[in-house]
Amino acid sequence: MSKHTLSVLVENKPGVLARVAALFSRRGFNIESLAVGLTEHPGVSRITIVVDVEAGSLEQVTKQLNKLVHVLKIVELEAGASVQRELLLVKVRADAATRGQVIAAAELFKARSVDVTPDTVTFEVTGNHDKIEAFLEVLEPFGIKELVQSGTVALGRGAKSMASLSRYVSPNS
Amino acid sequence: MSTPVKAPKPGPQAGSAGTQAAKAQPARPKAPRPAPPLGAPAAAPVLTGAQAVVRALEELEVEAVFGIPGGAILPAYDPLLDSEKVRHVLVRHEQGAGHAAQGYALATGRVGVCMATSGPGATNLVTPLADAHMDSVPIVAITGQVASTAIGTDAFQEADIVGITMPITKHSYLVTTGEEIPRVLAEAFHVASTGRPGPVLVDIPKDILSGSAPFVWPPKMDLPGYRPTTQPHGKQIREAAALIAEAKRPVLYVGGGVVKSGAHAELRELAELTGAPVITTLMARGAFPDSHPQHLGMPGMHGSVPAVHALQKSDLIVALGARFDDRVTGKLDSFAPEAKIVHVDIDPAEIGKNREVDVPIVGDCRAAIAAMTEAYADPGKERLKTWWETLDDLRGRYPLGYTDIDDGLLSPQYVIERLGALAPEDTIWTAGVGQHQMWASQFIKYETPGTFLNSGGLGTMGFAVPAAMGAKLGEMGRTVWAVDGDGCFQMTNQELATCAVEGIPIKVAVINNGNLGMVRQWQTLFYDKRYSNTNLSTHHSEASPRIPDFVKLAEALGCVGLRAETPEEVDAVIAQANAINDRPVVVDFTVGPDAMVWPMVPAGVSNDEILYARDVRPNFDDEGEI
Repeated sequence: MSKHTLSVLVENKPGVLARVAALFSRRGFNIESLAVGLTEHPGVSRITIVVDVEAGSLEQVTKQLNKLVHVLKIVELEAGASVQRELLLVKVRADAATRGQVIAAAELFKARSVDVTPDTVTFEVTGNHDKIEAFLEVLEPFGIKELVQSGTVALGRGAKSMASLSRYVSPNS
Repeated sequence: MSTPVKAPKPGPQAGSAGTQAAKAQPARPKAPRPAPPLGAPAAAPVLTGAQAVVRALEELEVEAVFGIPGGAILPAYDPLLDSEKVRHVLVRHEQGAGHAAQGYALATGRVGVCMATSGPGATNLVTPLADAHMDSVPIVAITGQVASTAIGTDAFQEADIVGITMPITKHSYLVTTGEEIPRVLAEAFHVASTGRPGPVLVDIPKDILSGSAPFVWPPKMDLPGYRPTTQPHGKQIREAAALIAEAKRPVLYVGGGVVKSGAHAELRELAELTGAPVITTLMARGAFPDSHPQHLGMPGMHGSVPAVHALQKSDLIVALGARFDDRVTGKLDSFAPEAKIVHVDIDPAEIGKNREVDVPIVGDCRAAIAAMTEAYADPGKERLKTWWETLDDLRGRYPLGYTDIDDGLLSPQYVIERLGALAPEDTIWTAGVGQHQMWASQFIKYETPGTFLNSGGLGTMGFAVPAAMGAKLGEMGRTVWAVDGDGCFQMTNQELATCAVEGIPIKVAVINNGNLGMVRQWQTLFYDKRYSNTNLSTHHSEASPRIPDFVKLAEALGCVGLRAETPEEVDAVIAQANAINDRPVVVDFTVGPDAMVWPMVPAGVSNDEILYARDVRPNFDDEGEI
């Protein structure tokens, strides 16, 4: 099993997310993370899905996704050839005694403090999955009160846009 | 279309699906209808949503709709009353409407249409939709929905039918404006009938049906993400043809896709050119004539010994519109271990799904088979001599057959064999699911495609009667026989009332063994003859009368009811049934409960373990030599 990031362009129609999500559960594939948003084209949304599957299953899930009428195009974004980011908001215990250490740790990860109380600091940080994990590990000893994390969003590196990529996952390839 | 989306693929439909105007389905010749001016919404008539539905169905040349009215769909039934082109068949249960639409579609090759109201009406369509999805049958289901303002409030008879049917439809729509009705229906028919066919659901809220909107026909379809690949790749076709020319033990494994694409003539040409043996699955019976010397029969759990063995020992399987279903392959990792695979399917997701493929060919079977024939450089048939000797030997030693059980009751296989022998040549057969279905596949000889309609993938008991009704309505000039079991028959026989009232004279042979026969067979073989809940009490005994008495039931439903209990009666009763053409006929054939379907590969084991009869494993004495 290995993680794969699929970028899926879909028509922005009611129920499209339900169709995509239902397809994963019906075919027995696990979604690790999912992020949906608008794109540069009106009427087209991009769904970024991270799945943990074997190569054969990835091909099958891609083909099944392609059968959904509202799915326009699917590309697998490999880690080396794409920029992948998650957003983390985390509320950490930080009183007068520990605040300095907490903020110093956050600076190492280029996290921004977005809310402060006498007992806590809330940070905002973006990065790939590993960076987010590492940041949380560093904060753990101080006491994490609450956190929220977005799904991965990703964009291919280079000048081309997804619509023009030749690595389109074609059924005949 | 403003978005540079899916890469265009080669094929007749490439680049046009997004903009093409709706076409009526190709069908029988009819007087050409002048098309309304394109893109002239100013002149478009304003219709109610309900009128728009009926008008669109007329424009799509729909002959028949099977359905039941109810609250939410009620507006649509009003203009339907006036339609001179669309005939509505009032069924007795929505499941019957769905299966009738399937039977109609399978018999005619056109899209079948069913209609139901919201909530329970719509949920009763779930089984036929799932069935059509599994067996790739083009149907469109139109359901009423509660008013758009009431959606989500748990209103009376509200069910999220789009959500419920999402995994069992090819596509579905919840209509949100009256304007989109013509486009949605045109798209629904297009999606249902092209590529890999399948069911499409169109859910229309009641206020949209009652409201008014301009009706523009033909509408512009907007399907940028829908481009089925129909033209196969030339390089892969050449590779496939080369593999066939090299193979010493090739098999053409023919599935329902060959029937759906109308590729039977091309198949025959390829088979005769290459000399390869042909195997037809349950969904493809009739795609290749049973009488043809190269035909080995059906593969799989109840396939013929030569067909199952041919696949197991093959060095090249050419799968044509088939999907390596578990009922065909048995235990997958021991299936055809030496075979290379050429897999032709219009659905790319089928290729490599169950079995790894050496040459994948995405495309329409008809085009692909014709192209393979074209690309085939005939090396002569000498190399197949040993292969055919082996297969002919198996054919000789293990023909399909049965032994009478001395229980004073009819043998079900005999009844079905006689039904087949005495029916007119172009008879259409339907079956339910179970022993009778397997025997209908084995003991009736099919020579042409589309003559055996049954539920393969989903295995829906109760399919036979409503499917026969739909098939008969589509092909009024032909005899339609439903071969049914006593269990199946009790699930959907109320549609005989529909048949009687609507003048759809189908014939039903109830292979009445008084039991859920296939389940009982498994209980006999694998559960130590502990017959838990399989006796249906439809046989007469000292303890109880027949419940129900199928002859009386038939009469109560407006049909002719007949019964045969001895071999001497069988032919005469069948002849009597064949002679009745003004009413539906039901024949209760009282058969023994102990007959079993053979050959059989028990579930979950290798196809090498096929049993010709109970405890009789065929002697493959030439193993290792080929």
